[in-house]
Amino acid sequence: MTGPIGQSNLRFTGWRRENGRVGVRNHVVILPLDDLSNAACEAVANNIKGTLALPHAYGRLQFGADLELFFRTIIGTGTNPNVAAVVVIGIEEGWTKRVVDGIAKTGKPVTGFGIEGHGDLMTVARAARVAKDYLQWASELKREECDISELWVSTKCGESDTTTGLASCPTVGNMYDKLIPRGLYGVFGETSEITGGEHLAKARAASPEIGEKWFKVWQAYEDEVIQAHKTDDLSESQPTKGNIAGGLTTIEEKALGNLEKIGRTCRYIDVLAPAEAPARGPGLYYMDTSSAAAECVTLMGAAGYVVHTFPTGQGNVIGNPILPVIKISGNPRTVRTMSEHVDLDVSGILRREMTISQAGDALIEMVVRTANGRLTAAEALGHREFVMTKLYRSA
Amino acid sequence: MAAPHLLVHDEKDTVGVVVVEGLRAGTDMTCVVTANNSAFAFKSKMDVPIGHKIALTDIKSGDTVWKYGQDIGKAVAPIAKGEHVHVHNLKTKRW
Repeated sequence: MTGPIGQSNLRFTGWRRENGRVGVRNHVVILPLDDLSNAACEAVANNIKGTLALPHAYGRLQFGADLELFFRTIIGTGTNPNVAAVVVIGIEEGWTKRVVDGIAKTGKPVTGFGIEGHGDLMTVARAARVAKDYLQWASELKREECDISELWVSTKCGESDTTTGLASCPTVGNMYDKLIPRGLYGVFGETSEITGGEHLAKARAASPEIGEKWFKVWQAYEDEVIQAHKTDDLSESQPTKGNIAGGLTTIEEKALGNLEKIGRTCRYIDVLAPAEAPARGPGLYYMDTSSAAAECVTLMGAAGYVVHTFPTGQGNVIGNPILPVIKISGNPRTVRTMSEHVDLDVSGILRREMTISQAGDALIEMVVRTANGRLTAAEALGHREFVMTKLYRSA
Repeated sequence: MAAPHLLVHDEKDTVGVVVVEGLRAGTDMTCVVTANNSAFAFKSKMDVPIGHKIALTDIKSGDTVWKYGQDIGKAVAPIAKGEHVHVHNLKTKRW
């Protein structure tokens, strides 16, 4: 018998893009350069049904590292292989072109429009014609069969409780332990939320140099953000009010549960800046991210990950517009009271009816089904949280 | 084996996690250490919600509390074996 990690099931069907990467969704995105262009993008998406506008709050007067992160995120989102084609709309043409040129490097269809000198209505009319052509073109693209090694699977947990450390996080860790050796790209992050487990995280690097690189990133956040801005022990922020209701007491306890997501054997091979694409080949990566769910998943999507695995205890409902977000919960009360949000129930681990390895196999099966087109709970419920990470105030 | 009331990550731990809903004071709890599947039993002293922790031993104020075989903070009040461990008697050593 061939189980979920048997050779025959370790394939999925996806869309191979012009640059060779494989996507598992086929979105035509209407991408605003800036907050001012959200209305025009949403108007295009309202006219051309089946396209996807990604409204967001930023893109004006940012500078320095914050601006670089902004462009990396917005260009990375358009570049993601889950996106077939992109229409970019910005208030002016200069930065709009910068986004278009960045996405065009993938070879996928992309066109930009500036609003100034045309107004919203003319811009919407022009952009909608291109969006319609892209949508019809994308609708005829065919999926092809691919090996699991062409899949990029990210992880981040949310509204954690003590059951995530016992059940749903080790389920993700077991998936990585089984799939990373077979060529999967993985990523974990949540810099603030490793606090209390930093000695363990550092030791899981593939080399002492990478471990040092990781530790510097963690220490910089601790010194430059937490210690510089905190007004108390961060209780109710980290851990969150929901974490505390679920039984988590300290950041140390939360971190140790969080780290269960990287399993027992796999090692991370590089440390990525927020939204940075991995460049050292297949394997597990660390990304310097916020622990806020929507920010973190948005950054991982911008880095090129196409499926997200999301353990939750108390019931975080997050989704993402371009990545399917698979919810895994081991909390029997959440599975019962919030069943519409849960893709994989691993509460059997708490009852000792299910082993971590069996749960890992069930998650691999769910990842493959999701890649093949099964809509996640978050997709079916319309969760499309697209949230930029902002480093500091705009100019 | 019947489903356990309490799961403990590691032999070194001084707290375990309630994994059943509606645990009442005075329950004879079946406890399992997940690291090695060993089982033991003792009595809860309080009603404790699912996901919350119970002390496996008497803990003095100032003692380090252990979970996953790791330091998860310090007790800020004395905690008796079988009592609820949470924000009222356990604090982070960070931040």
